[in-house]
Amino acid sequence: MAYKGADFYLSDELFTEEEILIRDSVRQFVTDQIMPIIAKHNREGTFPAHLVPGLGELGLLGASLEGYGCAGVSATAYGLMMVELERGDSGIRSFVSVQGALCMYPIYRFGSEEQKQHYLPDMAKGEAIGSFGLTEADFGSNPGGMRTRAEKTAGGYLLNGSKSWITNGTIADVSIIWAKLDGVIRGFLVDKGTKGFSAQDIKGKFSLRASVTSELLLENVEVPETALLPGTEGLKSALSCLNQARYGVAWGAIGAAQAVFDEAVRYAQGRVQFGRPIAGFQLQQAKMAEMLTEITKAQLLCARLGRLKEAGKATPAMVSLAKRNNVAMALDAARTARDILGAVGIMDEYQTFRHMCNLESVKTYEGTHDIHTLILGQAITGLDAFE
Amino acid sequence: MKIVVCVKQVPDSDAALAVNADRTWIVDSGINFELNPYDRYALEEALRIKEAGEGEVVAVSLGPARAAQVLKTCLATGADRAIHLKDEAFQGGDPWANAQALAAAIRTVEPDLVLCGFQANDDTLAQTPVLLAEMLGMPHATGAMKIEKTDTGVRVARELEADRREVVDLPLPAVITVQTGINEPRYASIKGIMAAKRKEMKTPGPADLGIDPSQVGAAGSRLRFFDLAVPPKKEGGEVLTGSTEEIAVALVKRIRENTGVL
Repeated sequence: MAYKGADFYLSDELFTEEEILIRDSVRQFVTDQIMPIIAKHNREGTFPAHLVPGLGELGLLGASLEGYGCAGVSATAYGLMMVELERGDSGIRSFVSVQGALCMYPIYRFGSEEQKQHYLPDMAKGEAIGSFGLTEADFGSNPGGMRTRAEKTAGGYLLNGSKSWITNGTIADVSIIWAKLDGVIRGFLVDKGTKGFSAQDIKGKFSLRASVTSELLLENVEVPETALLPGTEGLKSALSCLNQARYGVAWGAIGAAQAVFDEAVRYAQGRVQFGRPIAGFQLQQAKMAEMLTEITKAQLLCARLGRLKEAGKATPAMVSLAKRNNVAMALDAARTARDILGAVGIMDEYQTFRHMCNLESVKTYEGTHDIHTLILGQAITGLDAFE
Repeated sequence: MKIVVCVKQVPDSDAALAVNADRTWIVDSGINFELNPYDRYALEEALRIKEAGEGEVVAVSLGPARAAQVLKTCLATGADRAIHLKDEAFQGGDPWANAQALAAAIRTVEPDLVLCGFQANDDTLAQTPVLLAEMLGMPHATGAMKIEKTDTGVRVARELEADRREVVDLPLPAVITVQTGINEPRYASIKGIMAAKRKEMKTPGPADLGIDPSQVGAAGSRLRFFDLAVPPKKEGGEVLTGSTEEIAVALVKRIRENTGVL
């Protein structure tokens, strides 16, 4: 049976015909190109780089941007694309999120016309890969404390510092490095091969194994004047990128949850114990009912959030609520699905354990679950529990 | 080169099918439909031929309002325009009546080449393209695994049994049916999907095409389905038990008695 994502409340009716066509095309791509190879890449800890040109050709890279070779899709269509990609693997969705929301978006929003012309068309095609260097080893939830510095020189800027947990770091052709220039956080475009700039992969991950995660080191890296993203001004510039990415994460998590739900239901229907399918036992039905309920709620949350975003009414706190809820929901669904799968649930022949491990990272990155709780707390009370 | 691709909307290959009350067709509500898988290859081949030179790809489909979806898929995948024969008069036809309607629509395009899928996944009759060629007065080749442009027309490698190919030369215009596996169909790109809404989709009726409604659709059909049934469930076979040797002896005995092969 071909994969069809759970849609108990007919949420497809909330989307336009064009949005559904886009979703279906991405779903087909994931079924044909990602599902057959992802377990192997996850096992071996390798990024399926051969998929990148196809992702570009399909138009998934920077899809929500207008012009420069980008498709300019609605926020809702973008969200639906993320659902399908994460049905495949959170690592692949992460690649697309970083490329589009964290690299192409800041160039598009804060870059000069020359920078846009130089980078965006190649990045949309997947011919150039980007990474986003904000987090540092000692500054995760508190990026404003970063130690990376930029100094003005005669011909440009001198960058010093290090970044950690950087998706795509070692495979990136260009990295956006956030650094303090005279105490103000600014974004700089640092090309691969720039003297003094190096990257190495972080090994030993249990999670996002089909995605590249790296450390970046900047030792007296000299960049020209044109490397500065002129529109960046303070931490809020970097956070605005994260807000785009979090929006995609909120949607994407639904895809991971749908994938594990689908696998658990099929397994329960086929697995016979005590003379009948375990799907007929009340304990298993309770688990599946809970999963479907939570998936349905998350779908409706995102369907609404998408339209709010299109109308310019989605606040960062609204995005936080969806990211926080949906990722935690997907992680719970994956753990429940693993229970239903019993012994085979620990095998990589099934998707569930891979999604479960991936979602631990997704719960942590793009603002941890706890940080989003505090953003909501701030939105409710007007009082900051951090800063 | 101007290329027409004939496409059909068929039930999803994994749709749960039920026979309708008068046993003439399936119940077509409550199931999902898709572009006939064979037609995806025909479309891809048309797009490749066009991209190798220049020209236009026109997707044509006969089917009810819902069939517009497969034409939109064609437009999103790269077809330049579409013709949808959705008038009630065209519906419910057999291959002969459908070919009549398609031929009339295709004449308005004046194509150099007409590509169709080898067969439709629902009725698997594989007759419409051949009838269509005859009505259009064009030569045809079926089951193409390779299509090459030549100085005088096209060279087609047809699939035969046991991996053999028959190579035929056809002058243009011609009708060719395409076998699966001839190429790797592309996905509808996001930009293609967004561009599709600006592409033309015509919906001519019988009068627009100058055809007599009695010659198309159910009225023009010579073939009728009158008793469709779900095949009876096969009885559970006989399970032989015993030692390997006993099972082998029992099996040979049954083959000998029941088939006469041994």
